Amino acid sequence: MTFSYFAVTPGPWSATAMIAAIIVTSTAGEVLTAAAMKSIGDLDDIRAQSGMKGAIRAVVTCPLFFAGVSFLALSFFSLLFALNHLNLSLVAPASASLTLVTNAVAGKFILKENVDRRRWVSAVLVCIGVYLLAHGGAAFSH
Amino acid sequence: MTHLPAISLAHSATLIAAVFTPWVAVGIGLLIGFFSCYLTALSWADLTYVLPATAIGNVFVALLSRFWLHEPISLERWAGILLITVGVGFVAQGPPLTERPPAEPKAVLQEEQVL
Repeated sequence: MTFSYFAVTPGPWSATAMIAAIIVTSTAGEVLTAAAMKSIGDLDDIRAQSGMKGAIRAVVTCPLFFAGVSFLALSFFSLLFALNHLNLSLVAPASASLTLVTNAVAGKFILKENVDRRRWVSAVLVCIGVYLLAHGGAAFSH
Repeated sequence: MTHLPAISLAHSATLIAAVFTPWVAVGIGLLIGFFSCYLTALSWADLTYVLPATAIGNVFVALLSRFWLHEPISLERWAGILLITVGVGFVAQGPPLTERPPAEPKAVLQEEQVL
């Protein structure tokens, strides 16, 4: 993958835009998928009533679910696009960790979930942890 | 995938052939398994509960690569493992689902079952 639209290394603004694109699309995908599953209802109940086939049918016939999966696919392709131009040691930790915080915000204001102090603290802790875990390998790569 | 010959966009048929190589097929099967478990969890728990909780997978990957593949883990990564574990333990102690007033038809159904 040496093909690149940029003749030079992208500057801080285009790097930010690429990472922002990953975060926005993945948050939209997660929120839509979560809303779809809530609208379908408890899958265990559906499976108990109409079997595994009925549960699968309930999921794949939900338009919201397809909207969510499309955004998740879009987020995957914007990740590939960003990796084509930026270092893995920047993109992977930044996108994986910031998504947790944006999802906590979206969960509170869009899905109206009860994001109490416990959930804020754990979202921030996991966010820093994922960043350290994804970034910590850089020490060995050079 | 790194054992396969390089795939170019001009020969996209090789990409379809790659799907049927045993290791790739097993990987895809496991990913489908992950996604169905994830969707089932989302059907009864909040996104802000499920998403941090699934981050424990990062810890398992790091520990497996340490003790199975014998890869070194830096101090920074151990700190990350600790923070994720504490964060997941923290969120798991709370309620998984936001309390909402039950929908009308469901409430009627429950009353009938009680009677």
